[in-house]
Amino acid sequence: MKNKECVAMLLAGGQGTRLKSLTKRIAKPAVFFGGKYRIIDFPLSNCTNSGIDTVGVLTQYEPLILNNYIGIGSSWDLDRKYGGVSVLPPHMQSEGGGWYTGTANAIYRNIKFLTQFEPEHVLVLSGDHIYKMDYSAMLDYHKGSGADATISVIEVPWEEASRFGIMNTDDTGRINEFDEKPAEPKSNLASMGVYIFKWDVLKQYLIEDNENEESSHDFGKDIIPALLYDYKKLMAYTFEGYWKDVGTVDSLWAANMDLLKDEPELNLNDHSWRIYSKNPNQPAQYISSCATVKNALINEGCRIYGTVDTSIIFYGVQAGEGSVVKDSVIMPEVKIGRNVKINRAIIAKGSVIEDNAVIGDPSPGSEITLVADEGSVMASSYATNR
Amino acid sequence: MDRLAGIINLDHEQDVLDELTYFRCGAAVPFAARYRMIDFAISNLTNSRIESIAVFARRKYRSLMDHLEQGKAWDLDRKRGGLFILPPDWNDPTDISRGDLQHFHNNIDFINRTLADYIVICGSQNIYNIDYRDALEAHKQSKADVTLIYKNVEELYPEYARSHKLDVDENGRVTGIHNDLQNQNVYMDAYIVEKNLLYELIEQCIAHGCSHFFFDGIKGKLNELNICAYEYKGQLSLINSIESYYRNSTNLLNEQFHDEIFQEASPVFTKIKDEAPSKYSLDSNVTNSLVANGCDIEGHVEDSILFRGVKIGKGAVVKNSIIMQRCEVEGNAVLENVILDKNCTISYGRTLIGAPEKPFVVAKQKTM
Repeated sequence: MKNKECVAMLLAGGQGTRLKSLTKRIAKPAVFFGGKYRIIDFPLSNCTNSGIDTVGVLTQYEPLILNNYIGIGSSWDLDRKYGGVSVLPPHMQSEGGGWYTGTANAIYRNIKFLTQFEPEHVLVLSGDHIYKMDYSAMLDYHKGSGADATISVIEVPWEEASRFGIMNTDDTGRINEFDEKPAEPKSNLASMGVYIFKWDVLKQYLIEDNENEESSHDFGKDIIPALLYDYKKLMAYTFEGYWKDVGTVDSLWAANMDLLKDEPELNLNDHSWRIYSKNPNQPAQYISSCATVKNALINEGCRIYGTVDTSIIFYGVQAGEGSVVKDSVIMPEVKIGRNVKINRAIIAKGSVIEDNAVIGDPSPGSEITLVADEGSVMASSYATNR
Repeated sequence: MDRLAGIINLDHEQDVLDELTYFRCGAAVPFAARYRMIDFAISNLTNSRIESIAVFARRKYRSLMDHLEQGKAWDLDRKRGGLFILPPDWNDPTDISRGDLQHFHNNIDFINRTLADYIVICGSQNIYNIDYRDALEAHKQSKADVTLIYKNVEELYPEYARSHKLDVDENGRVTGIHNDLQNQNVYMDAYIVEKNLLYELIEQCIAHGCSHFFFDGIKGKLNELNICAYEYKGQLSLINSIESYYRNSTNLLNEQFHDEIFQEASPVFTKIKDEAPSKYSLDSNVTNSLVANGCDIEGHVEDSILFRGVKIGKGAVVKNSIIMQRCEVEGNAVLENVILDKNCTISYGRTLIGAPEKPFVVAKQKTM
């Protein structure tokens, strides 16, 4: 069978503990975003839109919903006869087995998956960032520069640079140093966790890394430093556009609120770069005669009788008369009773908010309140930060 | 378990929705913000666990085929059974069939090969939510040859004038099929018949030079066959004119009506479009409306239905109107009692006002 030029490996195994109870029962890439999507829709849609039709999804933590969601990949047009999407959980082999111990280990343990496509290049992605990126442009850059590895970077504000993995480059864009969360960053080029490797080079380093008992088997901590140590050619590819790590409750909330700006940096309504998703079958949304909706994203299947202001409402949400939802993210199938007040909150899927409940702290800058998965908030109780 | 197959017979449906059916058949007319008329018929069949469905199409079926594809949206992309779109392709020189019997004759293999014991035959103009398995149960209990589905309507709207009405005796037997305008038992253009009997009736009709299966094979044999009636008690919309399209669309803004058509247990399926959620701006003011995904609303919308991907500009006012897919209503435009077909643009500041009883219809892809 013909070989594939580039195969993507999507790291979707993370628990995402900083998302608190949102990831109690689901993996972080399956967390909801933007009124309709799950985080993993973004890298998967980017693959489809970039013409990459072979994707391995590495799962480990709470895989049921994620596996179910990905299915045969038809939602992203990745149901292909040769290639398509494959879910790759940890597995037993004759020499034993165990959990993936790091990002590099996860790819190492799936060398057989990659070998069957004989790819020239491997694109490694993480499943927890919100962005629209043309990987084919990065691949062209990678091939043009003859690099062994290309790392996608984004300029971050200098004061935040010490939170990221920072690339120090020469003026041709070649990376000569990599600092993981440096105290005094020498550059503001942060790694986005998007890598393209020459497959033969990567394979060799993965095998060597696996034999190294000192290694933590991580791309950022082990593989990239090892490549740099051997003077391999690593190039930085600068990405311009919206990119957000939604790893915490606050950043997830903020990224959702970014969609409500007048001209949002991340345009979900762009037909030339659609974000594909599994579409639930729901009738059109109904906005009643007593409803007020301002500055909001609302999905199908909702019924709004109250006030929605500066909020993101997923499918199948009901908001009762007299209720006010402000600066909040309401995940699918949440039932909000009458005269409820919700401010600066994320309400997880399937929650029931009873009449007269008050949730969240409206004062600007206060912490975002999270109502847990399928929780029920009783009347006159006050949900606290969990 | 008795198996059912379905036939959606569009052959005798007229393209009566003026501008909305210039370029498409009635079954492909968009309805209820994100559906096409035929979605309701197909969803009724699939929700009744019918896995083999034929669609008899004769005219203007391009957009219908585009919409139905392989039937994936209804889970009908099956190896066994599935969706069969059957437009005319009739090359048998010995074929003497006429009218909609041409469809039955030329697609007799569908009837012969299906694993089903019974066949439901329906159209696309009646919008309702039914489980045909209940009707089948009644059909078997009554030992009928044919069971016709009808509704006893409270009000005889003008669109029912063209429907058949049924006289039903106390045993549920049909004793008359006619067009009496005062009769409230409105036949819903759907019936159940055993497969082998259907085959026999088709053969007889063709042999006698008939041209309309229901008229000749069923209505005409009222005295020979045991024809029973099954009463449907839910909501019914019959759409066979612009006025009935408009009134039944706005009926969906009535919660009770809406909930009877859209039930969680028997959802209406349609082709997926991957549109983003709808965006309401700071200046938007939307009340009593149905809105599909992908809309961008900056203006005032009341008592209206917006299909997928509609843009309403700042200062625009849309009242009692139906705006179909990807229309753009620019700023300060005013629309009242209007139906805009797909891809129309209403320029800045324009006003279009139709009469409440006679909406103004704008054909597809017009710029006003």
